Amino acid sequence: MEHIELFFKSIFIDNMVFAVFLGMCSYLAVSKKVSTAVGLGAAVIFVLMITVPLNWLLDQYLLQPGALAKTLGPEYASYDLSFLSFIMFIATIATMVQLVEIVVEKFSPSLYNSLGIFLPLIAVNCAILGGSLFMQSREIQSLGLAFNYGISSGIGWFIAILAIAAIREKIRYSNVPPALRGLGITFIITGLMAIGFMSFGGMLTGGEVNDKSEVISTEVIQKIEKEVEGIVGNSNK
Amino acid sequence: MGFFKDSNLITDPLADNNPITIQVLGICSALAITAELEASIVMSVAVLFVLGVGNVVISLMRNIIPSKIRIIVQLIVVATLVIIVDLVLKAFAYELSKTLSVFVGLIITNCIIMGRFEAFALANGPWKSFLDGIGNSLGYAVILVIVGFFRELLGSGTLLGNPVLGDPIEKTGVYAYGYENNGFMLLAPMALITVGLIIWVQRSRNTALIED
Repeated sequence: MEHIELFFKSIFIDNMVFAVFLGMCSYLAVSKKVSTAVGLGAAVIFVLMITVPLNWLLDQYLLQPGALAKTLGPEYASYDLSFLSFIMFIATIATMVQLVEIVVEKFSPSLYNSLGIFLPLIAVNCAILGGSLFMQSREIQSLGLAFNYGISSGIGWFIAILAIAAIREKIRYSNVPPALRGLGITFIITGLMAIGFMSFGGMLTGGEVNDKSEVISTEVIQKIEKEVEGIVGNSNK
Repeated sequence: MGFFKDSNLITDPLADNNPITIQVLGICSALAITAELEASIVMSVAVLFVLGVGNVVISLMRNIIPSKIRIIVQLIVVATLVIIVDLVLKAFAYELSKTLSVFVGLIITNCIIMGRFEAFALANGPWKSFLDGIGNSLGYAVILVIVGFFRELLGSGTLLGNPVLGDPIEKTGVYAYGYENNGFMLLAPMALITVGLIIWVQRSRNTALIED
């Protein structure tokens, strides 16, 4: 259940592009054609799937306050290396991207031809580093969940770039004001899509159920407060 | 007079070669943190520091970096500078560093920085690279401040936390005439639409920039 919840939450509610604006640069630059967008999207899923669990392990066994105690022994419990997380995460990502590039080139030249040019770009895609940083700040509990988070954030990004590429292919035939053509209209469409994605917000909480209970509880508290005030007032009289 | 000869390195990115609206670099952070003007300004200063210093460092090392591993070297330089920024922010502006959360870390992958390293610092001397870094981060700052200004003013009726439009609860200032804050401006999608409108204005004024 936990896994399913995280999966849908990462794809729709905390969508990398529409909710937190990560990976916007390549999202805008590589979304002119659906075929290239699919290539980049697949590469992002792939790299997130590898780097998020890897950085989770780094975080748990090296970087967190007291994490060194797990790996080196209890006398290291007071060390806190979390200030190194940026440099460790980005080094992991850059290394993994180059490693993946070499492996893919060796074993699947056809995949390399379709993904190849995008892989170096991915090292500097904010979505990848953002995935690791959000994994850290949201305190994801287990390796399985970290893996799940990596894949589902990647899928969310994939959906976003696929959708905008499809729209941009169609909008070429529309009569957009000249000054807005290209980049401008893409920004505005993305904004409208983000508004649409906000409507997924109620998906996991089950809509109003939680809100109602909160309202009721605040009403109850207010009633109790009034009664208490009344009692205090009476006793003062 | 080297300074005046290279002054276009600073002025070009402010308008006609703006990193955000023309080069399409560094969008992520530009959109995510602009709900308040203060956060936008702090973010701009952070990028100014990282890009200015980083460009000089990369430019000094440009002849000894092997081209195959240059991306990793660049990332390490940026990551070091960003750690400095992050620690300074945590020490002197803790509340603000919470607001910016992971977006300080994401300066590392801010495409402006990698883009300028690749396109400029690897091919030019330190002084020119420094000017280029300053120019591009100022161009970035201009857009951030404009977006932050409108989002904070229209969204919460304040500027840098000061209630410039009057008090919405006591109905003073413009609120006395029935004005309401547009809470929608504080939501994420409006940042995109605001940048889209800025691009529209800019390209209408300078038709040479129109695509296709």
